[in-house]
Amino acid sequence: MSIIIITALVSLFIAIFFLGGLIWSVKDGQYEDDYSPANRILFDNETSTKTSKK
Amino acid sequence: MKDAIHKVKQTCYHCGEDCAKTVIKLQDKVFCCDGCKLVYEILNQSELCAYYDMNAHPGLTQKIKVRTNKFSFLDDEKIAQKLIQYTDGKQTHVTFYLPQMHCSSCLWLLENLHKINAGVISSRVNFNTKEAFIVFDNDKTTLRKVVETLTAIGYEPHISLHDIGGVKTNHYNKTRLYKMGIAGFCFVNIMMMSLPEYFAVDESMQLDIGTVFKYITLVLSIPVLLYCASEFFISAWKGLKNKYLNIDAPIALAIAITFGRSLYEFFIVGGNMYLDSMSGIVFFMLIGRWAQEKTQQSLSFDRDFKSFFPIAVNVKTDNGFMPAPIEQIGENDIIEIYNNELIPADAIISKGKAVIDYSFVTGESVLITKEVGEIVYAGGKQCAEKLELLVVKKSSQSYLTNLWNKDVFKEEKKESFFIHALSNYFTVIVFIISGIAAAYWLWQGQTQTMWDVLTTVLIIACPCALLLSSTFTNGNVLRILSKNKLYLRHPDVIQQMAEADHIVFDKTGTLTQGNKLKVSYEGVALNAGQQKLVASLLAQSNHPLSQSVLQYLDIADLYEVKDFKNHTGSGIEGWINETYIKVGNATFVGIVQEREKQSGSAVFVKIENEVLGRYNVKGVYRLGFAQLMAELQTKYHVSILSGDNDAEAATLEKVIGPNCEMLFHQSPEDKLAYIKYLQDVKKRKVVMVGDGLNDAGALKQSNVGIALAEQKNNFTPASDGIMEASVFANFNKFMQYANSGKRIIIFSFIISIIYNIIGLFFAVQGMLAPVIAAILMPASSISIILVTYGLSEWRARSFRLTMP
Repeated sequence: MSIIIITALVSLFIAIFFLGGLIWSVKDGQYEDDYSPANRILFDNETSTKTSKK
Repeated sequence: MKDAIHKVKQTCYHCGEDCAKTVIKLQDKVFCCDGCKLVYEILNQSELCAYYDMNAHPGLTQKIKVRTNKFSFLDDEKIAQKLIQYTDGKQTHVTFYLPQMHCSSCLWLLENLHKINAGVISSRVNFNTKEAFIVFDNDKTTLRKVVETLTAIGYEPHISLHDIGGVKTNHYNKTRLYKMGIAGFCFVNIMMMSLPEYFAVDESMQLDIGTVFKYITLVLSIPVLLYCASEFFISAWKGLKNKYLNIDAPIALAIAITFGRSLYEFFIVGGNMYLDSMSGIVFFMLIGRWAQEKTQQSLSFDRDFKSFFPIAVNVKTDNGFMPAPIEQIGENDIIEIYNNELIPADAIISKGKAVIDYSFVTGESVLITKEVGEIVYAGGKQCAEKLELLVVKKSSQSYLTNLWNKDVFKEEKKESFFIHALSNYFTVIVFIISGIAAAYWLWQGQTQTMWDVLTTVLIIACPCALLLSSTFTNGNVLRILSKNKLYLRHPDVIQQMAEADHIVFDKTGTLTQGNKLKVSYEGVALNAGQQKLVASLLAQSNHPLSQSVLQYLDIADLYEVKDFKNHTGSGIEGWINETYIKVGNATFVGIVQEREKQSGSAVFVKIENEVLGRYNVKGVYRLGFAQLMAELQTKYHVSILSGDNDAEAATLEKVIGPNCEMLFHQSPEDKLAYIKYLQDVKKRKVVMVGDGLNDAGALKQSNVGIALAEQKNNFTPASDGIMEASVFANFNKFMQYANSGKRIIIFSFIISIIYNIIGLFFAVQGMLAPVIAAILMPASSISIILVTYGLSEWRARSFRLTMP
């Protein structure tokens, strides 16, 4: 029966991995501005390559 | 092809405005003014014309020119330092608020700033907050030059005392998202780990798997208690310290009891834990709070006069005029004020002629002319040449500032008591039930069951479902209203709107359209030549009436006027090509006018010795105004306050009917006093709709103050809500929708009571199995969220509101 404990723990760690992903994306400011990145990607490469990250 | 373009209405290539009078051409492009052309030329030079390819006419009109030395104050170290976020002497970081930003072209242009000004290292736009974060090289450029570059391409940063003095609030709450993520994660995993407990798997399994799982749930619950739920505890504690049971108190109590009971079960009894319920409560409450807070990030509801004032003016020193920060200006300083700038302090004119627009302060739209030696008050806007003023009072002591220092602006608004009262009653009832149940078991001699029942009742009956229903309903109502261009600052405002019974409107700028005046002609028809004579004379005056008639006539190539005379308050006269013309009010042209005929303002025309006719100039009421008034009067008391004269009283009464109280010649203090009178004497709950700074006191004093703005990013006085002028006619719908919001909360409250009764039925008997608790708790939360969401969407649809 201890196999259940192991699988449960594995699933818990996978979930922690995704939680980490969420926290990372929030920290990175992905939810701060939902307009600019969507439009920024449409600009020509030649003109947008120089905009550096903050 | 070119002829075809000429026949079609010509619109400015830059801003898209009609080029009715003056057309400026450059290559094949047409511009409405030099400003727009200049922006185009700059962009063309830097090869940034893709700006115009992404959106048609992305610019804003540049008709109002910014004077060349406006930003010289940014060369002053001390002022610059307050704006700069970080500098190491080589690179400087600064963030500007650019309210003009509105489309992807703006975004693209602003992020390519380095092509126009080589000193800019990078610029990054946050579109939601309308801010640009700029890094520039100190060796190649200066703060002033960066600001001037932005201004030159039509994005003048808004730099105000407000940004400088106060702490910048971060609109965006990252912590809330972290908490939600962690609480959700822990909640789901705790539920999974509790499965053996729910189904009470046979003894042996419960012993090994169950025990390990219990340890895991305990570990998972700790971040929920200490991190995610911290805000409820802090807020409840603050409330208790002020001897005040706030809305977070019952939540904090429920969380604490649930956790304590679970610990007790874990270490002493070895029975069932309730950690799943606890983390569920926290998770759903956090979602509710988040939904409520998700309003417009770029709006500011707390502007005071400081946001309207410039941050520096030119002061006379031994070395000529030098820029100095406003707060350093003292009595007897001589300052320079340019066209279209606000006067920052009460002062005496020492040079130049003042033509001042006080509409900002008084609501009266007529320009006032002042000569050398006369006093001008802070808040007036100079509409003519450069002025030199001798300051008599410091900016912080001026008349305008005093208005702000009145007590209303210091008081914090009271919270809405509706939800509050409900949850308080509820908490009391829960305490009584648990007390009775506990007493019964004690009387039976079963102390163990007594403790069980006492805590279980408190866990089950916590008013979380009620609080959830209010937060979710309010959140959704806020969201739908902001889609409909009414932006509220706080969810409590919805409750206040629902309770209101008296609505007060400001007239000028609120009921009437800001600068738009309707002109019509009455009398002997004027031929083209005569019209041209009138227009030529009117062009000499900057009185708003003259300007609106001139606009109505729309004539180019004007004559020269000789012997022009301006009689303030009555009219103007002059000679054109040997013809004598007089334009002005009835007495000025020498006729007697019956009182009742004067609705609005009339401008009479007298050529040689004959009065030919008159131009009637009226404020244009907003679209749907009459219908809105009729609708509102079926449910509310309605009043109209106006800083203007009573010329339009009769017209207004005809439209609105006799039941509406109308007051004219109201100063800002009068307006405030009137609201106070309604509240204190008549015990009314007042909603005030106003626009200018002159309404600021009244907006603040009223239960709900709504500022009307032509565009949401225009500068509005402090208020509880900002409404875009285009949706003015829907105001009644918004009020009714707020009412529905209140009813939805009551309805979902009833549902949550039903859940609670079911739960309590089991709990008081001491037979609440964890599986029932585990199902009941999330089921009640989720069903209440669905009910409130569904109902608020349905009500919004039935009011024909725009859906997000």
